[in-house]
Amino acid sequence: MSYAVNKPYYEDQAVVLADIYETMAEAGKTNKFFNFLAWLHTWVLSTDHKRIGILYLISMLAFFAVGISLGFTIRLELLWPGEQFISATVYNSVFTLHGVIMIFLFVIPGIPAVFGNFFLPIHIGAADVQFPRLNLASWYMFMGGALMAAMSLFVGYGANGVEWVAPDGGWTFYAPYSTTANTNVSMAVFAAFILGFSSIFTGLNFVTTIHRMRHPKQKWMQMPLFVWALYGTAWIQVLATPVIGITLALIIVERAFGIGIFDATLGGDPVLYQHMFWIYSHPAVYVMVIPGMGVVSEIIATFSQRTIFGYTSMVLSMIGIAFVGYFVWAHHMFTSGMSEASVAIFSFLTFFVAVPTAVKVFNWLATLYKGSIQLDPPMIWGLSFVFLFSIGGFTGLALGMVNTDIHVHDTYYVVGHFHYTMFGGGGVAIIAALHYWFPKMFGRMYNFTVAHVGWGFFFVGFNTLYGSMLIVGLQGMPRRYHDYLPQFTDLHQIGTVGAVIMITGLIITFGNLLIALFGGDKAEQNPWGGKTLEWEECPTPPVLINFYKKPRLDHGPYDYEGEWV
Amino acid sequence: MSSIAEQHTAENQEELFHFDHHHTDYEGAKLGVWLFLFTELVLFGGMFLALFAYGTGEYATDFHAAGKNLNVFKGAGNTLVLLTSSLTMVYAITALQKGSKFWSLVHIAITIILAMTFMVIKYFEWSAKFEHHLFPAKIGFLEAKYGQSDLKRAYSAEFAESGMSLAEFNKVKVDVNGNPMPDGVTAEEAKKYTHHRYTRGQVIFFGMYFTMTGLHGFHVLIGVALLLWMFWGVLRETITAENFGYLENVGLYWHLVDLIWIYLFPLFYLVA
Repeated sequence: MSYAVNKPYYEDQAVVLADIYETMAEAGKTNKFFNFLAWLHTWVLSTDHKRIGILYLISMLAFFAVGISLGFTIRLELLWPGEQFISATVYNSVFTLHGVIMIFLFVIPGIPAVFGNFFLPIHIGAADVQFPRLNLASWYMFMGGALMAAMSLFVGYGANGVEWVAPDGGWTFYAPYSTTANTNVSMAVFAAFILGFSSIFTGLNFVTTIHRMRHPKQKWMQMPLFVWALYGTAWIQVLATPVIGITLALIIVERAFGIGIFDATLGGDPVLYQHMFWIYSHPAVYVMVIPGMGVVSEIIATFSQRTIFGYTSMVLSMIGIAFVGYFVWAHHMFTSGMSEASVAIFSFLTFFVAVPTAVKVFNWLATLYKGSIQLDPPMIWGLSFVFLFSIGGFTGLALGMVNTDIHVHDTYYVVGHFHYTMFGGGGVAIIAALHYWFPKMFGRMYNFTVAHVGWGFFFVGFNTLYGSMLIVGLQGMPRRYHDYLPQFTDLHQIGTVGAVIMITGLIITFGNLLIALFGGDKAEQNPWGGKTLEWEECPTPPVLINFYKKPRLDHGPYDYEGEWV
Repeated sequence: MSSIAEQHTAENQEELFHFDHHHTDYEGAKLGVWLFLFTELVLFGGMFLALFAYGTGEYATDFHAAGKNLNVFKGAGNTLVLLTSSLTMVYAITALQKGSKFWSLVHIAITIILAMTFMVIKYFEWSAKFEHHLFPAKIGFLEAKYGQSDLKRAYSAEFAESGMSLAEFNKVKVDVNGNPMPDGVTAEEAKKYTHHRYTRGQVIFFGMYFTMTGLHGFHVLIGVALLLWMFWGVLRETITAENFGYLENVGLYWHLVDLIWIYLFPLFYLVA
């Protein structure tokens, strides 16, 4: 079938703009693209992938701050046994919203929607993503869902119309509580539903972009690993997110109409909900971590000035994690009631995911070997990712083993484990990516010493906080409890002190970046000596169509030693 | 699809470079639509999964018995209507490709009419169910109109104790509280006992039936909106013989709506 291709307006526009930029560059004028004080509509109506990426960055960090406040509220409440300053009901809502906000509004959109949007087209030498308007629509959906999630805290009233009932029951919204609770669950669930569709459209956009818009000279196995990571992630977003969409929709339908699908009194099965929930939400764990792995691969190669070790195995392990990640969901349900055969199979598959993950960790180490390692802030954060995520991975193995899982299921051990993977993995990778690409995105350089100090506080605080959770969990402290036995007091207090240190570190880190944003030194074109297109061909900060002219691509993304990859 | 994309890239490397093909990349647009259709399949797939989990397990007999309550004639009629609409959709695209704006418009119009016919048949089908007190348990306005839903309570324990077959059990007339009609009541009194008993599996069957066909009907309505947009576009000649990507992609969506019904029909109507 043949398609008649109209001459696009874009072609002429691109040529004209390229001319303008070249003239500008020759004249030595500065690029005004990142004028933050520009009219609002040039931001919220822009279909430019970089501006959308920055819109995501601002909104995501705002919700990160909200999530931190909620998390810190939990830590303060747990300072002593008994009720301190919030009631058990409020506590339930606080940890629920902490989970919903951190997962759906911070970690999941973190790298793909912010840095993926900004750097995917640049990495593949394109002018924009394939569907720029859909891209902007995704951001609007994200904001709609986000505001709805935040509002659900305040607008819900119970049956009597007076009592304030924020959603509770945890971010997992397990039936039958979620389908019967007299709290504002429907709104929070609908928010997550909309956020899911935002995520789907971002994924769809990225898959199409990577297939259709790569630089003609960039073959599949010559893409930067960050692009591969986004590709694997995008497929998970496209193929897994609809399942959570329909599952959450069923909760709303169940609550509104009473169809009985998760209601045991009408013949439904609450465990079915758990299956359907984790069929999405386990792959979603890899949506949070795989892009981080991509970022760290870029950082480690750049800061040791070495060709990445085992490019092919890096790609295959990334795709392998994305693929096997679909088949391990039931390890969240070892205590929910499953046949022993299912338990054994899911336990085995869970261990299997550790193999490609370990391949990546060893490849990173091998890349460092004999490299000229530069411990600049991005590298420090990148290496912390490897360290913290490895702890998360090892503690995860104990949870994948049925015998130990039954002992520590639903204890603080699990809380510690997933904070090591999600925050120590996904969250730290976001901060690493921010330090790595900050000079490129905003054309300013931050203060290294302050960044190192901020990292130091964060790292110490992080391990104090979540390390103490691992221990108190092993001692038998159940998760999601408002109160605890006196013997856990010490460890909870240590955890809260850790939280204070960690938040201090985060304030220093982000304060440093904020100061650099408005008063930092001008950044160079390629401050780290990277080899990918954004450093070599794209001006700092990037111009409207990313490149002054068609980007040159005559070597691979990690060509530090004269090889193509 | 990757192979098509790769092939394409390899064939016209320079032509397809991003600056030149942006916003006119029909292949890319189609790839995006296909990915979206995958997500739709997975969305319904989640529900099919639940349906299989219930329908092949302990509720298999219940599902068979409940399926007998559905009107195969109306279901088959709707299948025919949707299949025909898929055909006219293809005609609409082909007509436009061959340069006939008139026949394209006619076929889009027929597709819209068939889609609405589907919804009308669906309306009569659902109304008939409501009159027999078959609707999800918590819908207030239906309860006000037709009385309490028989799906509000599941009588599994009673079924186990009754010693009756499922068919016999379903035939027992009960009042709104589930009490069986005693012997020797007058014709006037018997009017109170217009309800039926359903087991848990049957309640789930009808719950899934209303949810899945409801969601499918919602997709049909979206399809109608898209088709109206296409009608407008062809009429205004923004969609033409040279530029029919939108129409073709709406066609893909319409075939998906058809395809999902092709699975819903046997799984609900023919399972009996």
